[in-house]
Amino acid sequence: MPADDRIAIRAEKLTREYPMGDGQVRAVEDVSFEIPAGEFAALLGSSGSGKSTLLNLMAGLDRPTSGAIYALGRNLAEMSSQELAAYRSRTVGMVFQAFNLLPRMTLEENIELPLRLAEMDRAERARRVSEAAERVRLSARLTHRPTELSGGEQQRAAVARALVNRPAILLADEPTGNLDSATGDEIMRLLSEINSALGTTIVLVTHERERALQHARRMLYLRDGRLVSNGARP
Amino acid sequence: MKNRDMIELAARNLRQALLRNFLTTIGIAVGVASLVAMLSLGAGLQGLASQKLSQSGLFNAIFVAPRVPPPRFGAPPNADVSPAAPPRSLDDDARLAIERLPGVAEVYPEIRFATEIHFADGIYATVVAGIPNSARSDGAFDGMTGTFFSSPDADEAILQISLARQLSTQPRSLLGQQIVLRYAERQPLPADPAPGNSAGGSPGFSLEPREQKLRIVGIVETEPAGGFGGIGRGRLLIPLGVAEKLGAAQAADLRDLLRDPSAPHRYANLTVRVERTSRVRSVEDSIKQMGFATYSLLDATRDLRLVFAVFDLLLGIFGSLALVVASLGIVNTLVMAILERRREIGVFKALGAADRDIRRLFFAEAGTMGLLGGVFGVLLGWLIGRGINFGTNIYLARRALPAVTISLVPIWMVISAIAFSVGVSLLAGMYPAARAAQLDPIEALRYE
Ligand SMILES: Nc1ncnc2c1ncn2[C@@H]1O[C@H](COP(=O)(O)OP(=O)(O)OP(=O)(O)O)[C@@H](O)[C@H]1O
Ligand SMILES: [Mg+2]
Repeated sequence: MPADDRIAIRAEKLTREYPMGDGQVRAVEDVSFEIPAGEFAALLGSSGSGKSTLLNLMAGLDRPTSGAIYALGRNLAEMSSQELAAYRSRTVGMVFQAFNLLPRMTLEENIELPLRLAEMDRAERARRVSEAAERVRLSARLTHRPTELSGGEQQRAAVARALVNRPAILLADEPTGNLDSATGDEIMRLLSEINSALGTTIVLVTHERERALQHARRMLYLRDGRLVSNGARP
Repeated sequence: MKNRDMIELAARNLRQALLRNFLTTIGIAVGVASLVAMLSLGAGLQGLASQKLSQSGLFNAIFVAPRVPPPRFGAPPNADVSPAAPPRSLDDDARLAIERLPGVAEVYPEIRFATEIHFADGIYATVVAGIPNSARSDGAFDGMTGTFFSSPDADEAILQISLARQLSTQPRSLLGQQIVLRYAERQPLPADPAPGNSAGGSPGFSLEPREQKLRIVGIVETEPAGGFGGIGRGRLLIPLGVAEKLGAAQAADLRDLLRDPSAPHRYANLTVRVERTSRVRSVEDSIKQMGFATYSLLDATRDLRLVFAVFDLLLGIFGSLALVVASLGIVNTLVMAILERRREIGVFKALGAADRDIRRLFFAEAGTMGLLGGVFGVLLGWLIGRGINFGTNIYLARRALPAVTISLVPIWMVISAIAFSVGVSLLAGMYPAARAAQLDPIEALRYE
């Protein structure tokens, strides 16, 4: 497959099976799609439909049972685990439903962590951290620990951490799932802003159709691991 | 991840479960301490033994005998006979040549003869031995009563305690008194000897009865080992120079009778003292090259060193056991840490950490505990060694014995104990590190 910068993510007959009892569960089954670069896409579906599984495949945290998944033209299925780690470090950022900030580090240290893992030098790190903190409007809270922040602030910090490496693709798994609706809206607006201001491709997993329709420009519907619809919003 | 960040994170993680990691580190320290205490005891005792042995003078001496047909009177049965050079007679020229060899401190013949001494109207049969001046520093005369000979040719005598007891019920009172030595002097005969000339009545030389007055200056308890061939077995010790001057007939002289009587005087054997034990081998080789048979106790020390090596090994094994047990503590602590830090490891991986980074982080934690444990352990072990030393010397002092060093912590032991501690800790960290690295990030991050 030729590398194509205009396609951020592209799946081809992507299948991920899990062994269960005697048989197999197909969490993702024969899924093919393309997400153009700079897109804000929402991955919708009921619980257990395979959204998280698909997102993890895009993140290079998991490997497909069969099929191919390309990120910026490179097939993740063929990468070594070392290469996948580098891909996660440089190309994608992740945001989780549970925030997953490290409780014993300050916000600053949490946001800085991906830069440490990427072996960036210290001066540049400080610059990147303050830039990311500014974008999520947490510059004043950098010395606090996650437990001293509200849920919305914690998720904003998690978004800053996902952005600090300036990834091409931002993957978010139910980022508003633990937040009240006002705070959730705030996070959604933040993601939209990042998408339009930085041109970051965003894939958002959610089961809240309304919210997705408000912000995302492309909808992918999953049912029982199969892609049932994939289309740009009119 | 860069090393500095790695160490920073490792230190942070260690501080987080402070009590647990502290206890684990203490465990390692105790393990290292027991190892160091054991090894220091081994090193100390070995040092003590070799110090005493080198003081005895046995280990820097070489026994030289002519490599001859005919009979090898003074030579020990296992004298090393090398076919390198033709045999040569052990005469004054040879003695001079050996004296000139580098590393040689002194060369002297063994002089030992049976005689009788007169003291306070009594006559006592005994064996006289000539003692070289170098024996002064041997240690054999360390605990003696009285003094060593005032000069290498003073007319003085030191008595073995058994002889002293024969002479007097109060040996100390003998100091300063005079004894008379009666002996047979070897006198060369004129070129054309007349038969039946004297007491010896043999063609090579005659034996003349002589007397020599000696002043008692010391009494020695232990048997001084002045070299090989039994100098130590003399009961009346006189300076070697005096003994040589006396020219008393010795058992080995009979051999000369059987050979060419006109030949110059030959030594039955010579003892060579070497400046340092480390030079014994080279000096011995040179003497062999000259055409003599040699023997040194170095071969015997080799066995002794083997015994100490085994001894050290056993001490080391017992000492290491505690460290091995302590290393299980590291395994336990780190496996616990994995369980606690599951989610954190998942986050690290999601943010771009490679398996290698996770493994190195756990190794850094294990290594840090090993390093701290090693440093504290060496300190503790050293203190234990000092304690043993202190206790032993109190015990020795009560019995009026001189103080000794039985526990020794040389710098190589400090370095290798710490290195060993770090090594064992890293080994112990291998399993937890591998397990942490293999953790599935999706499992670890699954929202509960
Ligand atoms: N490790 C696993 N082993 C076995 N089955 C799994 C595993 N992970 C996921 N599954 C199954 O795969 C299917 C898809 O799971 P997935 O987590 O992707 O769903 P989801 O759409 O994210 O659901 P939710 O909205 O509840 O988060 C489910 O039926 C789940 O039980
Ligand atoms: Mg999910």
